Amino acid sequence: MYRIRFHGRGGQGMKTAGRILGSAFFLEGFEVQDSPRYGAERRGAPLTSAVRAGRSPIYERGIILKPDLIVVADDTLVPVPAAGVLQGVEDRTAIIIDSDINEPEWHQRLQINSVIHTLPAPKDLDRAEMPYVGSLCAGAAARLTGVISRATLEQAVLEELHEFKESVIEENIERALNGFDLLADYEGTVIENTDPTALNYQPPQWIDLPNESVNLAGPAVHGGATSVEVRTGLWRTMRPIIELDHCNKCTWVCGSFCPDSAISVDPDGFPEIDYDHCKGCLICAAQCPPHAISVIPERDSIEKEEA
Amino acid sequence: MPRKLLTGNGAAAWGARLAEADYVPAFPITPQTEIIETLAKWIGKKEMAARMVNMDSEHSMITAAGSAAATGVRVFTATSSQGLLYGLEMLYTVAGWRAPFVLVNVSRGLAAPITMEPDHNDILAARDCGFLQIHCATCQEVVDSVLMAYRMAEHTDVRLPVIVNLDGFYLSFTREPVDLPDADKVREFLPAFDPHETKFRAGEPVSQAVAVLGGGPYSYFRYETHLAALKSLDVYKEVEDDFADLFGRRHGVLESYRAEDAEIVFVMMGSFATKAKEAVDRLRDSGEAIGLVRPRLLRPFPAEDLRQILCGKKGVAVIDQNLSVGMGGILYSEISAALYGRKDAPPIITSFIGGLGGRDIKPEEFYEMITTTKLAIFNKMTPPPRLLYTAQELREIRKLQGIAHVEKEDKANVKAEETKP
Repeated sequence: MYRIRFHGRGGQGMKTAGRILGSAFFLEGFEVQDSPRYGAERRGAPLTSAVRAGRSPIYERGIILKPDLIVVADDTLVPVPAAGVLQGVEDRTAIIIDSDINEPEWHQRLQINSVIHTLPAPKDLDRAEMPYVGSLCAGAAARLTGVISRATLEQAVLEELHEFKESVIEENIERALNGFDLLADYEGTVIENTDPTALNYQPPQWIDLPNESVNLAGPAVHGGATSVEVRTGLWRTMRPIIELDHCNKCTWVCGSFCPDSAISVDPDGFPEIDYDHCKGCLICAAQCPPHAISVIPERDSIEKEEA
Repeated sequence: MPRKLLTGNGAAAWGARLAEADYVPAFPITPQTEIIETLAKWIGKKEMAARMVNMDSEHSMITAAGSAAATGVRVFTATSSQGLLYGLEMLYTVAGWRAPFVLVNVSRGLAAPITMEPDHNDILAARDCGFLQIHCATCQEVVDSVLMAYRMAEHTDVRLPVIVNLDGFYLSFTREPVDLPDADKVREFLPAFDPHETKFRAGEPVSQAVAVLGGGPYSYFRYETHLAALKSLDVYKEVEDDFADLFGRRHGVLESYRAEDAEIVFVMMGSFATKAKEAVDRLRDSGEAIGLVRPRLLRPFPAEDLRQILCGKKGVAVIDQNLSVGMGGILYSEISAALYGRKDAPPIITSFIGGLGGRDIKPEEFYEMITTTKLAIFNKMTPPPRLLYTAQELREIRKLQGIAHVEKEDKANVKAEETKP
């Protein structure tokens, strides 16, 4: 059975990527199961989707623990522990990363022996580009399996996106085929894993839960401001930047509209954005009366900081 | 019709569409919302001739569903988790009216704390209300079971509402190949609802279940509901045969997988049971005689069918994806009650609590449950119930408690020690 796991952010089309690949396998005659996994989060939060494809009915369910292929649509997720990008990676696992950082550099950073393929991330990435990343990734993944034809991939995109307007479908097909063509040299390098065995299994480390005092075992958050520890700024794909030259120090519009209270006012009356907790919803940019808040892709802002 | 990939929610919506439901009272809740969204889309495009009404709550929604069913129209509705419990009062009420309709519940663990992922405490809270319950393990079963549920609900010997249950995420958002039943064949299998003489009409006022009764009459009505539910087991078998004849698929009151010649059998419900099937295959590969029994009907409880398979086994491992707080696994007690004192009842029944709030059950945990059960058979001693929970998971909760500034107990003890004279 093929076991393929996609990683991306809410809004990058990972559920659709999984469905495109799932449909492509299905059209090629495979038994298929595809499923996205997410919580209560919003756009920008890490999420995964799983695709299983085999020749007989599939009984496994839920997250894929030992993937044959990991596809990462957003390279900023790799260092985020909650995203679990490298969970269950083995030497035989192939990895596709949509990234400008080259493959030797990724090997150096991750210290793993897996084959890594990078897909060139578009330089001018903006919000409008995000949904197409999924099609690119699905196309690349399809090529690595070697069991999905170019025509089938195109048909799968059509089936998944038939409710969208023609230009959107065409754009997605182009991206998917682009991903498919980019990895032509590696066709068929991802192979189905054998079934796991029950012989000599590693027993689970079950424990008896201790009976603990309600002070410990009641689901209460003690002490204020613990949400500070959860750096939701990691969800941001676009960064609002306040251009102080244009700010008229009204001192309330951007901060009042911010749904995460991530904008405060400094002693001089200028607003300041807390980038550890700004999720990049851009409501501030939309509301600012003198248009003093500009927006740049997060990727560019990281490069600027590094420079 | 060729097979197509559908989510569990999509399959549930197709069930309502193929059943040609007339009325859909609705209220959104994750992970069920996709069902009513799909129906709304079809109704809007006139691909489905039904009336959908958004209600102000699940309490009103179930009231509306029961009332409409009492007028003789075919009703479909769906909810999840907190929504089902918010409507719980009306679940008892409309079942008492003997109003037949189908409610799909997409299982999700109950607050508090809050989770999005599935366990069965929501559906089991509705265990005793008078609704019949069908539990699905695949998306195919979801669409088929909705159709079978209408036949059961509307049968004159039954006339009870039915809940079709599927697990959030593991079925609701998971696509699998589904063979959609042909619409004409469905009409043959499930003709339009004929309510006979039991129908409300504005022009012919009658009252239903409004009188305040003493214990004697109350007992009569309540027990008649119970007898109808028991009778529905026979009705189900008719429905099962008719379905198999027309569609070539058979969904019994329970699924028995490699259980006939097994020495030890897993018993569990819902979509996680397909994980158990995978484990059974792997254990069989390694020479172990293991099987699985998955009750599809929980109400009526298929006690006799369970006894026929489980009696004579060396051991049974019951996995409960639920927890009756202060007691343990609910299925465990029901299975034990069905077997106790019977000829050749298995001497050992082990109890495992797993999959709470969607917590995964790993292959090695299934293998270890068999090892535990084998040891219990050897020692002739039933072990205490086991929560599937690992040392690593406790470390994770310690980290979360750290973030939440939870005062550690040992720290409190140290303080107490320090203040001693």
